[in-house]
This record gives sequence, structure tokens and C-alpha cells, in this order.
Amino acid sequence: MEPLLKVNNLTRIFTRAGQPDFTAVNHISFDLYPGECLGLIGESGSGKTTVVNMITRLLDASMGSIVLDGEDITNAKGSELRKVYRKMQMVFQTPTESFDPRRTLGDGVGESLRNSGMSREETKREVAKLLNDCGLTPEFAERYPYQVSGGQCQRAAIARALAIKPKLLICDEATSALDVTIQQEILALLNELRSRHGAELSILFICHDIALVQQFCDRVLVMYKGNIVEQGKPNDVIRNPKDDYTKRLITSIL
Amino acid sequence: MSEPTVRIQKIKKDTVKTRLIVFGTLAAILLVCSVFCEYLTPYDPYLQDLSNAKTPPSAEHLFGTDRYGRDMLSRVIAGSRTSIYSTLLLVAIVTAFGTCVGVFCGWHGGWIDTVLMRISDMFLAFPGLVFALAVAGVLGGGLQNAIIALAAISWPKYARIARSQTLSQKETSWLKAAKLSGSGTWKMIFKHILPNIIGPILVTSMLDIGTMMMELAGLSFLGLGAKPPTAEWGSMMSDTRSLLATHPWVTLSPGFAIFISVMIFNLLGDTIRDYADPKNRMSC
Repeated sequence: MEPLLKVNNLTRIFTRAGQPDFTAVNHISFDLYPGECLGLIGESGSGKTTVVNMITRLLDASMGSIVLDGEDITNAKGSELRKVYRKMQMVFQTPTESFDPRRTLGDGVGESLRNSGMSREETKREVAKLLNDCGLTPEFAERYPYQVSGGQCQRAAIARALAIKPKLLICDEATSALDVTIQQEILALLNELRSRHGAELSILFICHDIALVQQFCDRVLVMYKGNIVEQGKPNDVIRNPKDDYTKRLITSIL
Repeated sequence: MSEPTVRIQKIKKDTVKTRLIVFGTLAAILLVCSVFCEYLTPYDPYLQDLSNAKTPPSAEHLFGTDRYGRDMLSRVIAGSRTSIYSTLLLVAIVTAFGTCVGVFCGWHGGWIDTVLMRISDMFLAFPGLVFALAVAGVLGGGLQNAIIALAAISWPKYARIARSQTLSQKETSWLKAAKLSGSGTWKMIFKHILPNIIGPILVTSMLDIGTMMMELAGLSFLGLGAKPPTAEWGSMMSDTRSLLATHPWVTLSPGFAIFISVMIFNLLGDTIRDYADPKNRMSC
């Protein structure tokens, strides 16, 4: 099977004046297959977010290539990049901050639809449907981000990410800012969406909690200091860790 | 349980709204005065009547008359056009120009940003009024040149605010989300950045209306702005400053007009800031 996302030798080096260069991500390669949920786990500063930012083209890669759905997007720009974003969406870590405080949740959820040329009325209907799919009532479209709770906002953020029917959904610590019960609700929602979309939706799930990854992902990559130190099925990695960092990570939660 | 907090927010919102209405109305009255000043002056502001010179305030001449016998009330009302009009024009030019430069610099970054910001540093390095004096001196006196002079020294402030605000907006998740939603550069700037940064910029410009009014009046006072006999508050004060001890109403009435308008615009600026703060608009 052709991978949906193929990351090859991806590297990011930050140059800082007066200091030695810092390699945040060091020649990492991995594939993500259609319908798969791939976990990316590592401590703060391990380079998870840098990887995500490079994949979503919010940050340029220093070396390596990113191929999404058979198309090289490593240097995609402008209108080409806007086309790429129709296949790839992201859910951010801080729910309330991922919505413009001056615009309603409905505006945010419908933005990609409006940008793809959908009419105002049709967008409104579609937004109501999306919110409904994500466990919110249509009235939430009229609310501002500061008027709803973190969990509700994250549901809206998932609705926004799914609006354009992407093939790849990136969740960058999407549950980290939420408390445990809401975390479970969001995971349940993501699970439900996965079973509904089947092979149409792949998820790259960035997280620092190995328990969540075990519960949710088909496969896991463990990152440490910019390198992928271990990969495999979550249960295998947890039962039989090979790398020192993974061992420490697992003993730390037990 | 949540009932009391909801009420407090509502009350707070209401007071801000009331203040906005009050000061907005006052500012509107000033503007209307300046637009229709010909119809509001009881006497011709330029009509001299030497037999009636320097009369103290009376029922006939509410603010008295100046040394040529011109009615002070009429002159103050007529002066509102020059003073308020030119101030608003000045602030509008400076705000628009500074914001454009700042947003462009913040968004674009790179060498263009560096060059434009160093240029603005250059303007900021001069003491403001001295630079305005130099510009007005080179270009000659007159209200138009005074506006140009003050605009030249005031835009960097707006450029800096707009730039720093744009930079911080660029880092927010919602802007990244907007980008991922397929919004182009212009859409992101006009739909997401400008609405979010316009608050502090508007407040600055509102607060600056007062300052600019005083600086324009200051330049006129020094003889570099409006020329006599044009009724302009600064030059009116300058003309009559020798009469301050003997006939204070002649100097004080334009001074009082400056004081009142500066205060109204300052308070309006404060209120707009409070109103524009999204956290004040919690309506539950």
C-alpha cells in the first residue's frame, strides 16, 4: 500500500547568532499509511512540534523531503500550499487560542469552506452539521471562543479540521491542555470519527502521554533529542522497550 | 452560582457603553460645531469694531472681545474648524500611514523590515517639536506645512505599534489555523490581523488627537501654523498673550476651548479602549 505521508530524512537546524547551530530534528524518516493512526511521542524539546510544523509547512525544512499523497510538498508555497491544506489539517494544543477571539466559532469552522468557494448559506448548514458530528449543538456557531469551555472549543477545532474533508489529521498535543475526563471525551470523539471515516482519514497523533498513545494509536514513534529512537506497536514498545529513553519514559508512569 | 458574576459583567459593560455614548456625543457635538461653524457664530469672527475692543464678557459678547473688537465666542467657534479639522486630518494620515508601514514590516520581515524600522528610528531620534520646527521652517509657515511637519514625526509610533502587534499575531495558533484553512495573505491581514490589532492603534490615535491638537496649536502659537487673522486657537492665544494679565478672557477662551476638546478626545480614547477590549464584551 502506498503511504499517505512519506517523511524522508527530515532535518531542521536552527542557526543562532553567536551560538552553535542547534539540530532540533535530525534526519528522521517515517511513513504514515491511509487509515492509520500514528503516535509521535517524546518529552518537551524532543522536536515533535518542529516535525509537525515542517509537515504543515509552517516552518521550512533544512533537509529532507515530505511527500503527501504522492506529491512532494517540501517547498510548496502560495496557491500550491493552499491546495495541500485541503488534504491536511491540524488540531492545535490550546483550544481557545486556536480561534480568532474576534470571530465566532462558526466563522472559524467555516473559513476553509468559504475559502474553497462555498456560499454563505451552504457554509452555515455545513458548519451546523460538522458541529453536530463533533458533539456540539449548532448554537455554538454563534459563540465566541472565550464563551465556551476548553473541551467544547477543542470539539469545534476538530470540526474545523474536518470541514474540508482532509486525508490527514494532525493532532498536536490536542488533548494536553484538557483535564482527564475531557481528554477521554475528545479521544472518544476522535475514535468515533476514525471508525466513521475508515481508510479516508489518517491521524498523526502527537502526545507526551504514552498511556493515551497506547489507547489510541496503531503504531508509535518515540522521539528523543531530535531522533526517532524507537518505533513499533504501542504494546510492544511498552512491554519491550529497547532504548534507554523509552525505558525511562515507561518507568516514569508506572 | 454563576448569577452574580454575570451581573457584574453586565454592569461593567453597561457603564462602558454609557461612557462611550456620552463622550461620543460630546465629540460629535464638537465635530458638528466645526462643520457648521459659519451658522453658529453669533457675529462675524473677522469683523473689527475698534470702539468695542477688549470688552469683558457680557450678555452681548459671552467671551468678551479682543483688541480689535472681534467677538471672542465667534472666533473660538470659527477656530474649531481649523483646529479640529486639521487635527483629525493629521491623526488620520498618521494612523493610516503608520499602520500600513507597521503591518507590512511585521508581516514581511527581512531586510525591508530592517530598513523601514531604521528609518523610523531616525525620525524618533529627533526631539519631536524641534524636528517639526525644522520642517515647518524649511517648507515655510502655514497650516498645511505644520500638518506635514507633525505627520513626519508622528508616524513611527504607529508603525512600531502595528509592527509589534503584527509580529505577536503572526505567532498565534489562530493565524496558523487561518493559514491551514487556506486563507491567503490579504485575507489573513484584513480578516484576522487588522481587527485584532486595530484596538490599541485606535486608542493611541484617539489619545493622540489631544496631543496633536496641542502640538498644532503650539506650532501656530510659535507662528509656524495658521497665520493671523485666521481664527485658530493656538495663534489666537499667541496673538493675545500680552493681554493675559489685563484682559485674561481674550487668551483664556481659546485656551479653554483647547482644554475642553483635548479632554473630550482623551476620554473618548480611553473609553474606546475599554470598549474594544474583547474581554469587556462578555455577554452571557
